[in-house]
Amino acid sequence: MTNDPAWPREIFQALKQADVRQASYVPDAGHGRLIELLQADPEIQATPLTTEEEGVALAAGAWLGGQRAVLLLQSSGVGNCINMLSLAASCRFPLLMLVTMRGEWAEFNPWQIPMGRATPDVLESMGVTAVRVDAPEDAGEVVAAAAAAAFAGDQAMAVLLSQRLIGRKQWEAR
Amino acid sequence: MTLAAKSDGLDRRHAVRELLRARGESLVVSGLGSPTYDTFAAGDHDGNMYLWGAMGGAALVGLGLALAQPRRPVLVITGDGEELMGLGGLATIAVKKPANLTLVVLDNGRYGETGGQESHTALGVDLHRVAAAIGFPSAVELREISQVADYGREIAKAAGGPRYASIRIAPGSPPRALPARDGVYLKNRFRAHLGFRVE
Repeated sequence: MTNDPAWPREIFQALKQADVRQASYVPDAGHGRLIELLQADPEIQATPLTTEEEGVALAAGAWLGGQRAVLLLQSSGVGNCINMLSLAASCRFPLLMLVTMRGEWAEFNPWQIPMGRATPDVLESMGVTAVRVDAPEDAGEVVAAAAAAAFAGDQAMAVLLSQRLIGRKQWEAR
Repeated sequence: MTLAAKSDGLDRRHAVRELLRARGESLVVSGLGSPTYDTFAAGDHDGNMYLWGAMGGAALVGLGLALAQPRRPVLVITGDGEELMGLGGLATIAVKKPANLTLVVLDNGRYGETGGQESHTALGVDLHRVAAAIGFPSAVELREISQVADYGREIAKAAGGPRYASIRIAPGSPPRALPARDGVYLKNRFRAHLGFRVE
């Protein structure tokens, strides 16, 4: 795992290009660099959440007020969002979720596996279109395409950032 | 048990009418169930977003809206059961400190939509004290209709928040007053009210 890969910045640039003004997140190592970039941008309101479904409601409120939002979460948090995704489905709110995957690539913690495995099906069942990124060079382009579908097409979109892309979690002593 | 003390609350329709009487430029989000009916019964308005689901999410819809529209007062009107499902959201609001956001909980200590079962607020939980402890600079409990009317005038100023208020209302359900249920319509109507093109 490189210390400072390019893909978080490319995702950030895609979000800036899409005029995203609100970003919410539950802290996650895979999203760490992107969260720092979002927090540092004076044009973006970065909001830490206590649980991921708050971000689904927050994004709906942002859109009502004329702003575009992104929600950063880990695959385990997709499960927390299920009923709140009714809000996006019922009102056809644009929704852009960036999901770092756990439980699929060299996963050390078996407790991450059930929700990681269920994540694509849960999203699709609730009307969210899930697109996957495995290669780091694709990340910016896929997020840009998902943002276009969300904000121009009034769709609920989730970009699944694969665990292989993010890199193995370092379990040894730091 | 505190049930006896909670039975002498305000009439919910009267309370919401007084709360909204001087709404001015306020944008309003209502939580599912009776708070949505109460808000509609006080007078339909293009600047109202009525939620019919998304339990636990009303306050966060209000937060996203308040951050996007910092010059407009944003008022969330919801119930004790709805707010209890999203208590962590109080912490999220307290962290962001939107000066223009007010969260009002109509508290009857009951789940009115499901048969009037007791909620945690009937069993000793004081939400306004939770809000104060979690960092809301203003957190009050209102028991008199004159207090509600004064509060309504205060929150129309888009400053001094985030505010939290519990309004003690009497249990029981007034006749249903049902606003539109179509979410896409409600969303587009609300955005058009703010001048955004509906394409």
